[in-house]
Amino acid sequence: MTLALREMRRRPGRFAIATTILTLIAILLMFLGGLLDGLEASSTGAFRSQRADVLVYSGSSRNSLERSRIEPEVRRQVESVTGVTRVGGLGSVQLGGRVPGRGARDLVPTVLFGYELAPRGLPSTPPVVGTVYADDSLRSKNVEVGTTIRLGPARSMVTVVGFVSDTRYIGQGTLWGSLETWRQVLNANRPDARVGPGVVQALVVQGVSLERAGLPERIDRATDGATTTLTITQALNALPGVSQQRSVFNQIIGVTVVIAIVVVALFFALLTVERTALYGVLKAIGASSRTLFAGVVLQAVVVALVASLIGIVASLTLDALIPVGTIPFVATPTRLLSSAVVLVVAAVLGCTFSLRRVLRVDPAAAIGGTP
Amino acid sequence: MTLLTESASTTGHALELRGITKIYTVADDEVVALDHVDLTVASDEIVALVGPSGSGKTTLCSIAGGLLSPTHGSVEVAGREISGYSERQLTQFRRDAVGFVFQTVNLVPFLTARENLLVVDEVGPRRGRAARDRADQLLEELGLTDRAANLPAQLSGGQKQRVAIGRALMNEPSLVLFDEPTSALDSSLGDQVVRLIRHEMKARGTAAIIVTHDDRITHYADRTVHIEDGRITE
Repeated sequence: MTLALREMRRRPGRFAIATTILTLIAILLMFLGGLLDGLEASSTGAFRSQRADVLVYSGSSRNSLERSRIEPEVRRQVESVTGVTRVGGLGSVQLGGRVPGRGARDLVPTVLFGYELAPRGLPSTPPVVGTVYADDSLRSKNVEVGTTIRLGPARSMVTVVGFVSDTRYIGQGTLWGSLETWRQVLNANRPDARVGPGVVQALVVQGVSLERAGLPERIDRATDGATTTLTITQALNALPGVSQQRSVFNQIIGVTVVIAIVVVALFFALLTVERTALYGVLKAIGASSRTLFAGVVLQAVVVALVASLIGIVASLTLDALIPVGTIPFVATPTRLLSSAVVLVVAAVLGCTFSLRRVLRVDPAAAIGGTP
Repeated sequence: MTLLTESASTTGHALELRGITKIYTVADDEVVALDHVDLTVASDEIVALVGPSGSGKTTLCSIAGGLLSPTHGSVEVAGREISGYSERQLTQFRRDAVGFVFQTVNLVPFLTARENLLVVDEVGPRRGRAARDRADQLLEELGLTDRAANLPAQLSGGQKQRVAIGRALMNEPSLVLFDEPTSALDSSLGDQVVRLIRHEMKARGTAAIIVTHDDRITHYADRTVHIEDGRITE
């Protein structure tokens, strides 16, 4: 093993090409992963921040918050279900926002949420009518505390009183106000979607921990099918484009991993061919095939670790340099470490293509003892 | 492990080959490389194995060193009967009981002279300090102390050959096999190396087989064995 490490230390140039290519692959893997996480984060923040066990949509909503409407009567039925402890209304409306300092036609896409049960990072009592908390990402659109944003064709005015982080929804910055603020803005700007008093789009439900299993089914039974109840994960996956973009990105990541395996396999196969004579000598003086192959694997793992380390540093640098709200990229420890692990596993798999060649090295060849 | 518990022979022979036959199958043809060869080498004897190309001397050397298994016959090295050994046992046997000096020297190019000796320790169970002391002692005896930190590319042909001899002696073998040790050296350097081989072998009481084309080497051997068409014609 020390032989393998010494070779890397004394002849770093031999491993430079493989390390460079694997570093580029590591950066690509981590960048793709970071983009996927960033896109998911920017689509799902509003739901992930909910302190809820389940979200209740109307039965005819086809799992869409925008299409869903929950009447007060249905809400009462949900509240009476065994195991349900707290129920809060949730409403949303997507509108272009006019922000002071930006051009008249330069609308900022926003989603105004009305809430009762405070998501993480928001005060438990919603702000007074006409005021909202804004998602951090809107800072890059000139939004500050005290900024009055005019929403939609009706120019409904809401004033920002604070910020909350990681609550973006389908790629747009969010504003969080009371249900009354939401109703007023919705009814003013979307006459076709007006809602009456007490009507909300969805219910945010918290349950007793022991009763959580089967809670969605119990709620839907209690409302006699007037609702469709989803766990937070199900609700995230039902958001438009989320599962599709995850699938596409994971396929690209998968192809990148296959490329990494091929690169390692080709590189170490070539290296093994070059070393045939040396391996013959080492076998002749008593090295086992296992020892020699372990050296190859160790070198591949070191190359993959160096590449991963550079990839991690590059990703963290990129994450720090990208202004909030521009490119949807986040470098999470989980993603970076899992990418490094995947790359190391790919390196080990790639090496296995050299195993047969190492096993076939004949020690007698070192002394010219085979015909 | 059989290899470790087997008792040493009482014959005092470093090598005893009895009825060795080696047949290679090339395509559909059978090539007899060795044909009923018998050879005994005493425990401190230096034998020059001479013969034309293709006569079977390298095959004989490979069988004696546990690099190849014979098709028929028995091989006993320092009292160990190795003809029935598995690949794994042969690997361990080579690590423990024999030394090799190859025709093209074949030092590990990215290791210093000292590290090339310690490779023998690294590929097997580590002996640590004892191995380092042994390497330093061998380098001193071979006049290479001041070259211990040099890479092979920084050594002359004779110095490389001396490092190779040191590597062959690292495991304190009963038998050292030299494959054309002077073929890459000029005549005066070759002569110097063969004298060194004789000195080192005799000083340690170690047996050696020197495969060679070079008749001058035979003067330094205790005995010369001729081989032709796979048969010893001593």
